Amino acid sequence: MIAFLFRRLLQGVAILVTVATVTFVLIHAAPGEPFAGQLDDVRFTPAQQAELRRQRGLDQPLATQYVRYMGRLARGDLDVSLAQQRPVRTILAEALPRTLLLMSAALFGGFALGILVGALQAARAGSWADRVAGRITVALAALPDFWLALTLLLLFSVRLRWFPVSGMVDPTMHEYLSPLGRLRDVAWHLALPATTMALIFAAVVARYQRQALLDVLPDDFVRSARAKGVSERGVVLRHALRNALLPTITLFGMALPALVGGSLFVEFIFAWPGMGRAAVEALSARDYPVVLGTTLVSSALVVVGSIVADLLAAAADPRLRRG
Amino acid sequence: MTDPLLRVEHLRTYFHSPAGIARAVDDVSFSIGRGETVGVVGESGCGKSVTALSLLRLIQAPGRIEAGSHIWFEGRDLLTLGAEDIRQVRGNRIAMIFQEPMTALNPVFTVGDQIAEVARVHDGASRKAAWERAVEMLALVGIPSPRERASNYPHQMSGGMRQRVLIAMALVMNPALLIADEPTTALDVTIQAQILELLAKVQQAFGTAILLITHDLGVVAETASRVVVMYGGQVVEEAPVRTLFADPGHPYTKGLMQAMPRVGMDRERLTTIPGSVPPPTAWPTGCRFRDRCGFAWPRCEAEAPALVPISAGHAARCHLAEVDRPPVAAPANAARST
Ligand SMILES: Nc1ncnc2c1ncn2[C@@H]1O[C@H](COP(=O)(O)OP(=O)(O)OP(=O)(O)O)[C@@H](O)[C@H]1O
Ligand SMILES: [Mg+2]
Repeated sequence: MIAFLFRRLLQGVAILVTVATVTFVLIHAAPGEPFAGQLDDVRFTPAQQAELRRQRGLDQPLATQYVRYMGRLARGDLDVSLAQQRPVRTILAEALPRTLLLMSAALFGGFALGILVGALQAARAGSWADRVAGRITVALAALPDFWLALTLLLLFSVRLRWFPVSGMVDPTMHEYLSPLGRLRDVAWHLALPATTMALIFAAVVARYQRQALLDVLPDDFVRSARAKGVSERGVVLRHALRNALLPTITLFGMALPALVGGSLFVEFIFAWPGMGRAAVEALSARDYPVVLGTTLVSSALVVVGSIVADLLAAAADPRLRRG
Repeated sequence: MTDPLLRVEHLRTYFHSPAGIARAVDDVSFSIGRGETVGVVGESGCGKSVTALSLLRLIQAPGRIEAGSHIWFEGRDLLTLGAEDIRQVRGNRIAMIFQEPMTALNPVFTVGDQIAEVARVHDGASRKAAWERAVEMLALVGIPSPRERASNYPHQMSGGMRQRVLIAMALVMNPALLIADEPTTALDVTIQAQILELLAKVQQAFGTAILLITHDLGVVAETASRVVVMYGGQVVEEAPVRTLFADPGHPYTKGLMQAMPRVGMDRERLTTIPGSVPPPTAWPTGCRFRDRCGFAWPRCEAEAPALVPISAGHAARCHLAEVDRPPVAAPANAARST
């Protein structure tokens, strides 16, 4: 188990180095340049511009810049934002917890709902409820996430005004609320963006879970459980579902990249001040260090997530455990 | 005669599909006394497992136990019970062990948990008490260091060991009837003998009645007191075990006996019954065995034979048993040498 973890961590580091390199090359190959705002400013003389570039090492050959950046990275230094004059580390430290909050709400909500719906569908396979749920999940899984986000936004925020249109907290009132009130404020802002992502997940998970359970139900051990007098509910929920969860856990690992990608749009649409939004803003400002930083942290999330998925799988399936 | 423990009457279990109706069990009747061991034999596809599963109502769609069937057990017809009542019979008054010890246990729970579950669902035993019971049961079925073994997962055990676990699971509630569906088929010979010995020991110790399903007449000869021979979803012969071996009344039974390997017997002379069991969607008209029977005559096609009594406790479903039985020697095509 330890050796396995160690190997997976080494793989993870290799992946991150590759991601850093590819991103570095791509952003420098893309048109546009940093300090766009300042460069258009007439009060900024060409000499000052050159000085600014020189200070940040942007006048150096690309190879030198790359070696420098990787050197910093090796020391855990993510450099300083070009646009915000703050360390990238500080920016990420602010944005990451917000994104994690959104992602975990979406992930747990989506998986819980998906497993529940899928299991109920399988237990009543072929019934009209199963067929209706099947239609809905197919449609939801096929919808682009931004479309669902915009629809929910228009319906529940703009039209019905049940939820705020954007942000993570009420900009004027939040500071004056009690701790519980602040929590409620955040939850209220979280509801729509998290629901958007959770619904799409739930649809995918439900379809997967339904099939996994249907695959397990004819198995011999399910019949054994019935034969020993376990109730039908216990047979499905305890014996069959526990086995049918194994493929879903694999899905959990595979879902993370989609979640990271999806949160980019959803954060942008709901103006959720997380990593996705930081990345989009940095990209349009050519803020190279922030683009690299957000990309690396997102990749690290995916790497860690897939290791967690493997550990979960081992916890759920004794046959995968060793030593 | 006192009331038997289990009396199956006119059991019919059909599988309905667009391709037709598979009459897997078609009017089967037999009974088991308290503490008795009854063997059920027959080739693959004769309906033995479907019969066994029907007794506990474990047949899943598209299978169905047809109207007119009765399964009398401890004064009630199991086929009239509600879902909760039949659940209380399963694993409690009637327990079952299956052919495949590899797949009959749930891979994600420890064997201790799976045995303990029986005590929990039927006795409402606490987690701890049920676990202790599981350890006791493992010791009873002869598993060494039962306390450690209880925390094993099925994949950490051998086939013979798992079959013992299944037997332990079946015995938790001290059932009146144990249905064993080919409990030794998947095991190698020495382990087979050990498992059969264990079943015999259990029966003596607890007075459990056993319905032992097998395609091996040798197993029946060693363990059962009475035998039910099945063919084509029907009972074709029923007899006390000695009578059956001394005086088989049905050509199918004779065929099975000739196909039995015996110690000291020349392998060359081992015979099998020619042909194979027809599919249950298309049983032949008249006698279902006639295609493969060396004694078949026109009446066998025209008229389905009834199960006729031959002597006390002995009956066969054959036209030859109805008339004064002609002293026939097996014709050349009755059995084919392999
Ligand atoms: N779920 C099912 N759907 C359709 N037909 C079935 C089903 N289960 C069993 N049958 C049919 O019922 C017949 C009897 O099967 P059964 O399993 O009782 O045979 P068996 O005597 O136990 O044979 P074996 O020695 O192979 O276990 C078979 O022809 C089989 O094809
Ligand atoms: Mg069988």
